[in-house]
Amino acid sequence: MTAPLAVFFVLAGLAVIGAVSLILQKHPIHSALSLIVVMVALAGLYLLLGAEFVAAVQIIVYGGAIMVLFVFVIMLLNAGVEEHTSISKMAGAPGLLLVVALAGFVAATIARSSDGIQATSQTGEMSSTLGISNMIFKEFVYPFELTSFLILVAVLGASVLAQREKS
Amino acid sequence: MKSLLFANAELVITVVKIALLLFIVLTVNAYLTWFERKVVAHMQSRWGPHRVGPHGLLQPLADGVKFLFKEDPTPAGVDKFVYYLAPLLALALALTGIALIPFGPDPIRLRGHEIYLGIAPPDVNIGILALFAITAMGVYGVALAGWSSNSKYPLLGGLRSSAQMISYELALTMSVVGVLLMAGSFNLKKIIEAQAHHPEWGILGWNVWPQILGFFCFFVAAIAETNRVPFDLPEAESELVAGFHTEYASFKFAMFFIAEYTSMITVSCLCSIMFFGGWLSPFPASWTLTHYLPSAILIPFGLWVIWDGIRYETVFGRMVLPVLGTGITAAGAALILLPGVNAFIQGPFWLLSKILVFLFVYVWMRGTLPRFRYDQLMAFGWKLLLPLSIANVIVTSFVILAKMTWGAK
Repeated sequence: MTAPLAVFFVLAGLAVIGAVSLILQKHPIHSALSLIVVMVALAGLYLLLGAEFVAAVQIIVYGGAIMVLFVFVIMLLNAGVEEHTSISKMAGAPGLLLVVALAGFVAATIARSSDGIQATSQTGEMSSTLGISNMIFKEFVYPFELTSFLILVAVLGASVLAQREKS
Repeated sequence: MKSLLFANAELVITVVKIALLLFIVLTVNAYLTWFERKVVAHMQSRWGPHRVGPHGLLQPLADGVKFLFKEDPTPAGVDKFVYYLAPLLALALALTGIALIPFGPDPIRLRGHEIYLGIAPPDVNIGILALFAITAMGVYGVALAGWSSNSKYPLLGGLRSSAQMISYELALTMSVVGVLLMAGSFNLKKIIEAQAHHPEWGILGWNVWPQILGFFCFFVAAIAETNRVPFDLPEAESELVAGFHTEYASFKFAMFFIAEYTSMITVSCLCSIMFFGGWLSPFPASWTLTHYLPSAILIPFGLWVIWDGIRYETVFGRMVLPVLGTGITAAGAALILLPGVNAFIQGPFWLLSKILVFLFVYVWMRGTLPRFRYDQLMAFGWKLLLPLSIANVIVTSFVILAKMTWGAK
């Protein structure tokens, strides 16, 4: 087993454990912490693929900003321990079936691909900062500007909603 | 055993570097507390620590021993896992930040290996981004400590600090964009090299002149990110007892303490690297006489320590200080006699001097400025720093664009 493959399995395992723990934890803060583990493990996987910029942004935006907001809100509302209801049988049976189907689908795809599981190190267009900025600001500049316009509208809407009480 | 060591030489070198840097950073941290107490004391016309060892020099050691041997009670009703995780997270993230800093331009060549000063390899493409990622994660140590303590004041401290760190992170990130645009890279080494385009300009070539606005925003936001005076609201002792670490004692408290001081060092490193030319000398490259400056500082300082030691009031001081002074003088003299070492030491010498200056500014501000009120803090961050840093980015981009369009091809 090569070193990148070992790192891949450790990070992938961490991500899966984090995701499972996110669902099973009783306290919202513990769930949020599990989600942070998933985010950071994913960033590690991006780094392994050679996408340094995406990895850093993943941690700054998702691991940092968004999850801090989650934790902040949970702390502010002082959310308590959740009550877990028993899983309904109706949802249980199709859920199990779907899980098996999905696992089979993924396994089949991996088995079909000639390379098998490999920690590929792609150094394509998307990996470098230069490549990403070329794509965003040249090729996809109109969708990018539209998205930023949408976000600006959302920010304005949020401030209007937050100020409504005063007037 | 020996062949195994040589087969994994890179790995061994990295592990040794990590151990060495950890030792250095922790020692510097300890003496930073001594430095801070001394400087603040002298600003307030006091003596500061002076009982343990000559000039209180052994005080950090005594503090460390005290931290280790104190009783470490865990309050009832805390969330155990998170309560133990929080100081660990804070310390680990703070120390990871230091690992990304390059401390010198030239590698030490040893048996065909190039050993760079600093743990991360010098060609990390996302150097500054990785540092911001670590800063972004740093909030959790404080926020989780406040929440898991299950107590009013820590919770308030944790909430304040989360809000403060989210607010100032924006300004912090925006303020360096100007520097990144000028350097065209996230790599810390390239950022320094971009400031050395005109070797004859010396200090005038540094980023701080065109980016003075960016530097102001960065330094203020960075002080807020490290929760230091005047932005130390998360631990405002007059309102919140001790803020987020009220319920922590013994070594768990020490871990927060070390984390805070380590972040101070990281911020000082970043300020020197991004705005003050990192390891570049402030003098023009042709002034070779300035290469003797390390010796010119070390030898008189060592002589002064000897002179002060001979007259010191305690016997222990009379024994230790002259030995210390002789060591410093000898180091200074050795630098004159060994030109190779002297040339190598130039980069690290300038970087460390700049870091020391910024650490002094940190302490100076603590001795001078009163704490912000919470609403002032928020207004300052959102209404002044953020617009200023965005304006800085826009102006810088236009200047660079103009240079590209009309400037020399």
